[in-house]
Amino acid sequence: MGQRVAIVGTGQTYHRSSRKDVNGVELIQEATARALEDAGLTRKDIDAVVIGNMDHFEGINYVDMWSIDGNGGLHKPIMKVTTGGTTGTTVAIAAFYHVASGLFDTVLAIGWEKNSESDTTAAIITCADPFWERPTFGGAIAGLATGALGYMHRYGITERDAALISVRDRKNAVKNPYAHLREEITVEDVLNSPMLAYPIKLLDICPRTDGACAVVFASEEKAKHLTDRPAWIHQVSTRHNYTFFTDVDRSGRMPTLYEACMEVYRNAGIKDPLHELDVVEMYTPSSFAGLVWIDALGVCDEGEAVKLVSDGVTEMDGELPINPSGGVISTNCIGATGLIRVAEAAMQVSGKAGEHQVPGAKTALATGFGGCHWSDVLLISSRKPS
Amino acid sequence: MVEEEIVYQGRIKVPYTWSVGEYGSRFFYELKENKKFWATRCPKCKKVFIPPRKTCPDCFVPIEEWLEVGPDGSLVTFTIIRYSAQVHPVPAPLAVGIILLDGADTGLVHLIGGVELEEIRSGMRVRPVFREQGKGNLLDISYFEPA
Amino acid sequence: MERVAIIGIGQTKYERSKRGETFADLVFEVVTKALEDAGIGIEDIDNVVTVSNDFWDGRTISSMAVTDACGAYGKNVSTVEGDGTFGAFYGLMRILSGSFRSTLVVAHCKGSEGSNHLITNAMFNPIYERIIGLDSISSSALQARRYMEKYGVTEEQCALVSVKNHRNALKNPFAQIAMDITVQDVMRSTMLSDPIKLLDASPISDGACAIILAKEEMAKKVATKPVWVKGIGHSADAYNLGDRDLAEPEALIRAAKKAYQMAGIQEPFREIDVAEIYDAFSYQELLWSEGLGFCERGEAGGLIESGATDMGGDLPINPSGGVISAHPVLVAGLARIAEITIQLRGDGNGRQVDGAKVGLAHGINGPCGQAHCVWILEK
Repeated sequence: MGQRVAIVGTGQTYHRSSRKDVNGVELIQEATARALEDAGLTRKDIDAVVIGNMDHFEGINYVDMWSIDGNGGLHKPIMKVTTGGTTGTTVAIAAFYHVASGLFDTVLAIGWEKNSESDTTAAIITCADPFWERPTFGGAIAGLATGALGYMHRYGITERDAALISVRDRKNAVKNPYAHLREEITVEDVLNSPMLAYPIKLLDICPRTDGACAVVFASEEKAKHLTDRPAWIHQVSTRHNYTFFTDVDRSGRMPTLYEACMEVYRNAGIKDPLHELDVVEMYTPSSFAGLVWIDALGVCDEGEAVKLVSDGVTEMDGELPINPSGGVISTNCIGATGLIRVAEAAMQVSGKAGEHQVPGAKTALATGFGGCHWSDVLLISSRKPS
Repeated sequence: MVEEEIVYQGRIKVPYTWSVGEYGSRFFYELKENKKFWATRCPKCKKVFIPPRKTCPDCFVPIEEWLEVGPDGSLVTFTIIRYSAQVHPVPAPLAVGIILLDGADTGLVHLIGGVELEEIRSGMRVRPVFREQGKGNLLDISYFEPA
Repeated sequence: MERVAIIGIGQTKYERSKRGETFADLVFEVVTKALEDAGIGIEDIDNVVTVSNDFWDGRTISSMAVTDACGAYGKNVSTVEGDGTFGAFYGLMRILSGSFRSTLVVAHCKGSEGSNHLITNAMFNPIYERIIGLDSISSSALQARRYMEKYGVTEEQCALVSVKNHRNALKNPFAQIAMDITVQDVMRSTMLSDPIKLLDASPISDGACAIILAKEEMAKKVATKPVWVKGIGHSADAYNLGDRDLAEPEALIRAAKKAYQMAGIQEPFREIDVAEIYDAFSYQELLWSEGLGFCERGEAGGLIESGATDMGGDLPINPSGGVISAHPVLVAGLARIAEITIQLRGDGNGRQVDGAKVGLAHGINGPCGQAHCVWILEK
């Protein structure tokens, strides 16, 4: 049988649109050093490293090998996992399994991206099938826009409704020193921002960010000695169901997120997520997604998310705060983004979130999104799993 | 039924601008302006790194000490590439080697030139030949020739 | 470590160019084969680990191309971007965690669809090494020369690897380049990058491979000939080529040590019956043999000359023909695991090593074998 796993330390860079002062390896090293420090460990204490990013954003083949000077993995076991936007959560899940397997006791998970080094849209377009979809794929924004349009049509939500998400997340980001965009915005700001691909406007969509995040996962035995506030990983689930964008089930709630959440809740015995979860760090690439996908979390009925949000349920002082960190709309260093959700969730249940702490948070959900409408979900709690 | 399998030609074009970082920038500045090799030394293990590192990969501590190395060095190993490929900076046959500059603990990969290919030997002493107008990249050294 | 077995394997025939098949076709073929081999259906698979590389596939999020084909719908799935041995390692860990009973691991690569030079050039540091024009062949040549000069290994000794493995490949229906050649043939073949000649080098290949791992309880119920995982280890070395002595396979030594420790192996040469190791180039079989402790440093040339690693020798290496006979990148390591599984089941037919009970499979990742993964399997 496996062993219990907890997050004992996290580190992030101060996310920026462009970090010209460091190369990619040095960027990774910053987050790694911070995570080690937070965990009270040195590089020597690490048993293995797992790293992830999206190759074509930096044009480096075999990133785990290339970054070894900065990822702490010199002379150690190291591997790379990558699954598009879900990479960050995929990395966290991989690190979790490294420790849960019993083969390693202290594992460093690293997610990073240096988006300033490439043409993001040119790179992301290569994710589409070369025959069937690449010739017409307009990039991530256009892809999300078609989804957003679908939601407006199906649920009758408006651009104004979606703007609430951007406003909430950007307000939260002001209290997060690591976030990329840290200025509050209003609904009018969002509605007046430049249209990129209808209905997605500049302030509806996530930015491009240079940044890295590192998280230390440890076995129960190790965690005991390292911290009195471990963040235990209770459940992890992944649904990467689709191959073509046109296969995606757009008939209702975000299916992969829904399925992954249901698996997590089932295994964890959670029956009422709205009340049993204290905080959610949700990977919301656009405001529209951030609105509609809330019901995929199982916290409200289909189509009810607008009410939940406008009632303030997902605000910092609400029943279920979402994205106290400012979320993806405030910071998006893609390979790191999913891992930042995990790090932030861990910080919340460990009481280490500083100014953006949700008071008394004990149980958090972290989600990842990417690829072909894929989802990863992790359940993290200050309570030890049984 | 289809007579022939369809093969679709394509090309991925993603332009990149890689940040060299502050430390790398200093290295290339010295190379370009002063034709000198600057390396960094770890305060703990004392290893001298070229290309220069900001943090020691092993000790994982910040490195602040800079020192000059080379310009001469020894050829650790080499190969003579005989096939053509668009990644080559000069036409084949071309010689590439790992050069351990005097004073450095790590080697630099570069071209070997100014010598008959058959005469190149491991262990040979070499020195850099700089190009006229530096651009701030590694090819500001045209190649290393026998010293 | 809890007992986990390989209960199913599938390989495509490795070819220079599989024009009629997409990545998904290849993956579906081997997944179907592996399921049939295990006697189970896709519904019995708990979770999937795919192995692919964005550069080789010309597609970022390369795993997306095979989501359907690998049966990941509705299942937990992840993707390792590195050699198949590392992907299988992750698949194993997911079972050991207690979360899953079985993992399907599948790797694919079509070397024919891209430029090997461009793709492997992209492995190198863009600022300090890529600009010099290195690729997998020229960088390996730097390592070959360093190793050969430091330890006195000759080109003829390296050529013996090519001769042995290409001849072994004649008995492997999956191998790409099977032929009976002589040392002279190798020595006379076109020089690519001194000292690596055409017949010292692995080919460009298309192919896929899948394995199914299962925990003991399931393996015992389902498999007639389970092959047990006894030891595993992986480790990585420095990245910049000038940062390490290319003649010293330290990462392999560390990886092997861990695997041997777990498997209780103290004298690898004596205790291992058959090995499949990653010979992307002829010199690599010799260098890795030393790193694995099959002989002393610098003695691998003598080892192959003695015939000890031939079919019928004390420790046959690469009865399948090895990577030099078929090199679909990323797949090749997983194929080594598949071939050892074949050996330990006694299903090797013409390439069977008689009485093989303990086998070693090995994979590498990164330039000049920067990282290594070692598997010890037992009947």
